[in-house]
This record gives sequence, structure tokens and C-alpha cells, in this order.
Amino acid sequence: MHEWALAEAVISAASEIARKEDLKEVREVTIKVGELQQIEVDILEFALSQLKPAKFKNTKFSIELAKAELKCRACGYKWFFEKEKLDANTAEAIHFVPEIAHTYIKCPKCGSPDFEILQGRGVWLESIKGVKQEDG
Amino acid sequence: MVDPRVSIIDERMRGIDRIIAVSSGKGGVGKSLVAATLALTLAKKGFNVGLFDLDFTSPSTHIILGIEGVQPKEDKGIVPPMVHGIEYMSIVYYSHEHVSPLRGADVSNALIELLSITKWGKLDFLVIDMPPGIGDATLDVVRLIRNIEFLIVTTPSQLAFETVRKLASLLKELKIAVVGVVENMKMNNSKIIRQQTIELGLEFLEEIPYDLKVEEAIGNTNKLLYTTFAKKVENISNLLKSSKPK
Repeated sequence: MHEWALAEAVISAASEIARKEDLKEVREVTIKVGELQQIEVDILEFALSQLKPAKFKNTKFSIELAKAELKCRACGYKWFFEKEKLDANTAEAIHFVPEIAHTYIKCPKCGSPDFEILQGRGVWLESIKGVKQEDG
Repeated sequence: MVDPRVSIIDERMRGIDRIIAVSSGKGGVGKSLVAATLALTLAKKGFNVGLFDLDFTSPSTHIILGIEGVQPKEDKGIVPPMVHGIEYMSIVYYSHEHVSPLRGADVSNALIELLSITKWGKLDFLVIDMPPGIGDATLDVVRLIRNIEFLIVTTPSQLAFETVRKLASLLKELKIAVVGVVENMKMNNSKIIRQQTIELGLEFLEEIPYDLKVEEAIGNTNKLLYTTFAKKVENISNLLKSSKPK
């Protein structure tokens, strides 16, 4: 996923949670990013720092990367996604739309494109910590 | 845990006035041709139009419109290129000529990803070419896109119309607006589909005769716009304009 689009989405989702939870200040947001997204953490951190509204002024954004593990549905073989094995255009296509992995990646054992992503796909807001209005 | 991508979709669609999903329960009814030509005729009238090909496993609007050699631009997201006066987005920018064998959950994820990264301009219409059937993509666009409207394409066959009934019934249950029904590939003067559409409480928008010229116009928008097919689709775009004035 594109880092700036992701940063915007994280701020939007975290703001919504902060509003629902009645937080006057957000102290920490933990984001989990699957490796298949091939996020450049530096760019994501920079984008978050540029986009954050006042409520997030002192927020620490923790970004955790999850390794992408794939499992072939045809033969059951499990393996890890390795960006280094892809050419630049393929890696970029998967970066923008991770499901494109099904277009270019095949099971290393039997060659089937029918695999599932056991872990390491998607982006999640793992946790959000802050100060409630009534906490003063 | 929350998927943050979903929360940005509303923001991405905010500048769009009407979002019309061209849909059908069956494949092969001419849905992609109707969607692509509808986008073209709306753009020809001076509207700001986007076309989003959501048929991820079998995209074809790029072939109909002869789109090649263009890619979206990166600008804090993905900006669809303008082609033939249409902001055009398709998974084909990333899958190219290769097959994309996707299961339902992958279709949902790819849809959420594209909806959350695509930065449309200010549009009067976004036309969506839906995949055939009533499955993940239909449920997802209904769930994720506020104010989506459906335009249903059928053929004169009762086999195709049976799925119109099912789709219409689902959309009614979900309280989703249906612009109307288009009868494509008509080969006689039967009024059965028109009657059945009205009986369902839906608007019958247009009947389009089977047009042999369409096949040779594929890939050439100038030729396509001169076909009887396109003239009929243009009539639909006139109705769309007047049915919900800005």
C-alpha cells in the first residue's frame, strides 16, 4: 500500500477511535504492517508526522512488521515471501495491490498460483493509547 | 484490531457526485461494454467522469477503450490517468496481460486497497464495471461505498433476467438504489423484459439491439461512438443526467 495513503488512513481510523473513546490526547498508536505491503517505514513515519492533527501532537507511532508467510492450497507447502527474488516492477505492483502476488508468485514446490497468505498481509491498528477527557 | 484502510474510503469518494455500478447476475450480457460506453458518452457531454474496472479476474474495459501505455501517477496515493476524457482505473495497470486468479477474500482485499489508495478528482459520475454474479464484489461495494446506485444489464433471455430478479431483490433488501434495467443484445420486438422490469418496480432504461458493428469497434472509441449500440447507451446517459439533477 502506498505509504502516504496508508498514513492518511491510519490518522483517519485513529481519530475515529479517539473520538469514540473520548480521548483528548493520543499518546501511542501501534500499527502492524504485513511484509507483503512492502512499506518503507521511514516514508510512513514521515507521512504520519506531516499529516497528524493537534490531538496527535505528542503521539508515538510504533510500526511493527509481520513476515509474510504463504501456504500452497494445492500441495500444502509453506514458504516466506522474499521481495529480493522479484524484479522491481513486480515488487512495485505487489506494493500497490498485494493481491497481485497471486499474479506473479507461484508455489516454489508445485508451481500453483493458488496459495493463501497465512500472515503478513494487510495493515492493522493494533492498539491506541491516550488520555481521556475526564483524566484532566 | 482495526483495518485503517476502510476508514479513508469515504474521504476518497467525497468529491464524486454519483457512483453507478453497472452490474448483472450473469456474465456475457455486455456489462463492460455498457459501462465503458456509458463513461465515454457521459464524458462526451462534458461531465467529469471516472471509470473503475472492478472485474479483477477478467478486466476488459481497457480493451474496449483501447487503453495501453498509461500508468497511474503517484501523488500521496494513486492518481488515475485521464484517457479519452475519463479518469480510468483498473487492476490491469499492475497485472498487465497476466492472469489474476483471486479467491473471494482476495477480491475484497484488492477492492479495499484500490478504493483506499485511488485519488479521484472531482467527478460528476464514477462508473464501476462490476464482475458478473452476486458475490463478494457486490456485497463489498454496497458495504464500502456510500450512496452507490446500480444499473442492471440483462439480455432478452429469461436465464439472464432471472438473475436480475435476484439482484434487484437483494438491493431492495439492502435499500440500495437501482437506476434501472438495460436490455442488451435484443434481436426481436418482444416487450417481455420491459414488462417484467416494470413489474419488479424498476425503471426500464433502454433496449439495445444486437449490434454486429460493436465487435469491430472494440479498441477504437471513435468507431465505437458511431455504433447504434453507443447511440442507445447515450440515451441512458441523458436519462442519468436528468434523473438526479445536481
